Amino acid sequence: MISLNVNGESREVDADPEMPLLWALRDLLKLTGTKYGCGKALCGACTVHMDGQPIRACVTPLTVVAGKKITTIEGLSADGDHPVQRAWIELDVVQCGWCQSGQVLAAAALLEANNNPSDADIDAAMDGNICRCGTYPRIRAAIKRAAEIKRAGAP
Amino acid sequence: MSEDTNAGRRHFLIGTAVVGAGLVIGLTLAKRRGSGETAGSMNTAGGKTLSPNAWLRVAPDDTVTLAMGKSEMGQGITTGFAVALAEDLDIDPARIVIEFAGVNKAYNHPFLPAQFTGGSNSTATTFETLRQVGATARAMLLAAAAKKWETKVSELRTDNGAVYYGSRKLTYGELADAASGIGVEKPVLKPQSEFKYIGKSQSRVDSKVKVTGRAIFGLDIDVPDMLIAMVARAPVFGATVKSFDDTEARKIPGVVAVKQVPSGVAVLANNSWAAQRGRDALKVDWNLGSMAKFDLAQVRADYRAKVRKPGLIARNDGDAEKALRNAKRSIDVEYELPFLAHATMEPLNCVVHARADGADMWVGTQNHSQDVEKTAEILGLKPEQVTLHVQYLGGGFGRRANTVSDFTVEATHVAKDVGRPVKTMWTREDDMRGGFYRPFSISRVRAAVDADGKPLAWYHSCVSQPVLATSAFAKFAIKPDGQDPTSSEGSANLPYAFPNIRVDAINGVNGVPILWWRSVANSFHGFVVNSAIDELAAVVGKDPLEFRRGMLGKETRHLAVLNRAAEMANWGRPLAAGHFHGLALHESFGSIVAQVAEVSVNGTEVKVHKVHCAVDCGLAVNPNQVEAQIESGIIYGLSAALWGEISFKDGQVEQSNFDDYRVLRMSETPAIEVSIINSGAALGGIGEPGTPPIAPAVCAAIFAATGKRIRKLPIASALA
Repeated sequence: MISLNVNGESREVDADPEMPLLWALRDLLKLTGTKYGCGKALCGACTVHMDGQPIRACVTPLTVVAGKKITTIEGLSADGDHPVQRAWIELDVVQCGWCQSGQVLAAAALLEANNNPSDADIDAAMDGNICRCGTYPRIRAAIKRAAEIKRAGAP
Repeated sequence: MSEDTNAGRRHFLIGTAVVGAGLVIGLTLAKRRGSGETAGSMNTAGGKTLSPNAWLRVAPDDTVTLAMGKSEMGQGITTGFAVALAEDLDIDPARIVIEFAGVNKAYNHPFLPAQFTGGSNSTATTFETLRQVGATARAMLLAAAAKKWETKVSELRTDNGAVYYGSRKLTYGELADAASGIGVEKPVLKPQSEFKYIGKSQSRVDSKVKVTGRAIFGLDIDVPDMLIAMVARAPVFGATVKSFDDTEARKIPGVVAVKQVPSGVAVLANNSWAAQRGRDALKVDWNLGSMAKFDLAQVRADYRAKVRKPGLIARNDGDAEKALRNAKRSIDVEYELPFLAHATMEPLNCVVHARADGADMWVGTQNHSQDVEKTAEILGLKPEQVTLHVQYLGGGFGRRANTVSDFTVEATHVAKDVGRPVKTMWTREDDMRGGFYRPFSISRVRAAVDADGKPLAWYHSCVSQPVLATSAFAKFAIKPDGQDPTSSEGSANLPYAFPNIRVDAINGVNGVPILWWRSVANSFHGFVVNSAIDELAAVVGKDPLEFRRGMLGKETRHLAVLNRAAEMANWGRPLAAGHFHGLALHESFGSIVAQVAEVSVNGTEVKVHKVHCAVDCGLAVNPNQVEAQIESGIIYGLSAALWGEISFKDGQVEQSNFDDYRVLRMSETPAIEVSIINSGAALGGIGEPGTPPIAPAVCAAIFAATGKRIRKLPIASALA
């Protein structure tokens, strides 16, 4: 058994220690908000936070995350009210939605470190997250909007 | 199926009562014309004719639910349908709950005997029906309220889900049971001047579930006792399994079974990781077959020869050949466009639970009825014994409307006789190499102007594999001469006033499985036509904008769209040092789109800074989502224009993942500005029309920057 801390809860999984976190989340813990897109850390669909930093769950074995705090999209906020989620809804960012858990978590990590990101900051933080629907212009705008919400004092 | 071939049928509605369910309006098909039944007789009491899953329900708790027969793959159709329904029902679209329905003939395309989502036609084919449903429900609710308050309907008004009589109010939910079965006349739809919701930007109805990870896609399905399967597929198309050794695969913890299926060898396991490791451990020997010798260079040579010969005639005005023979100022150019993968973000997948007495399938599909029919056939069941549970699609772009239902058929074979539900999932590499690409094409355009520089002749030939011909629709759509009308979508409808026009479609043959790819043939014709028009403009020495304007004659919608895009971009103004403009204009799926791209070129690096886009789709039902789809179409098309290419070595696809099939990322994405023209023309599509103009607009700007004509895509290869 491997002990994981996911969204503030201790969870035990009976799994190959080399299993990528992605499959433990999706198949064993039934947290399917974290998506599979490439399996090679190329697209960012599987982005989760490990101790607050964005990581690619598809290439991160369970051995690496044991004892770390993992936050998935399900744990980002109680009811979709994180500033990033609020901005995403306000600006109608999503299309098919498959990449959006990863986009939202990448953006949330960016704003934790920088509550007033420039376009270059956004490019640097978000370039690892592919969206085939092409929601990038709205993601850019929504990150700026989320930063405003955050600066105005939202949690 | 005979009644389904009647192209003249229409939808109509039946109001019906289900005890305790509130008000349920069923959708059903009208009978053939002349059968005596009319669309006006739409309301009957009693619940006898309710279709099981085609309905609108107003529940006593005020929940308004629409079961829709189309799929949501990002195009915003759930929101579009909510808006169309909400307008005449008179309720905030945000309050409408959407459920994805299974297969029901009530959802068939008006002219094709199938239920599917594609061709950018969901709004155009369903908009009126939904408005009728909404209007009928409202009329019934009003009638119920009038009865309750003992007054006339004309004394009542509605607003956002409630009926008012003076200061008195009853919500739709409170009236729902009483409204059940009330007969009403066929209602009159609201005039456009009274629209509250249509034509005004509405928020997407699926945002919340998609930003919280709660939206369930096909790959997210988890049913009790389910296994996960991965299939080792043929390394080249058409190869078959000679033998396999699963000794090592079966040793992987979590692997439950290994079985051969027509497409390869499936490993069934308790989780995705075990399935993947099990498949990696398989040893499969293949009979490679003829495609191991596939050589694109040979296809190219064959196509180049074919494109120089007459083909199947898609359009023939005047005598283009003769006019070209005598022309003094002309062009004769060839264009080549590559195979392309759709590369949806969510790789393909399908869950099937096959039992002796029936089956369930959970899948994000664009091809509802055919997928169910094929699964039923494999399992020896009737289609009505197979229940389809449609999920959100993590992108479609045509890939999930497979002409042979490849991924649902395979999943059915994998799950057959297993006795447990099985999810067959594809890795990114499987998805990239699994075939069904946008066809490779070679086009030739010969065009001429007269001594005054006026358009004289246009002869456009294109060789490509016909897509519709590979589908079940072939028997309805392929012309007697063997022509696939979709092959000339975007070429035969040339809007420019050449007195002599000939457009030929030439069926290409090669063994690569092909499919419709966002905008289908428009994706190559938009490039070819605009590029050739620009080349002809250069022969005359005219500005590409002026040249087009002079040839649009009666095409006032095209002209308005072109002018709008040019105004937005301030065409002709000086740009930042090293920046250049290019433009393109293309009509597809009934919508007209013009784009101006602002580009800089540094060696082989092309940067697209800005795209100005004007669009006329008749009426923008939800302007916000029209803009979103245009942005989407531009970015999708730009990835393909810059880098998109599926290539082969020894018959094997060379690309595998996003490292070698490059797609646009945040920092590479241009700023995009969209302007909508509501011309009032018939409703056009919006999911695809944004894609065709971007490649030619960018290439025109590259020409302005470098003097180099790009006649072969992708741009990166052409500039290398």
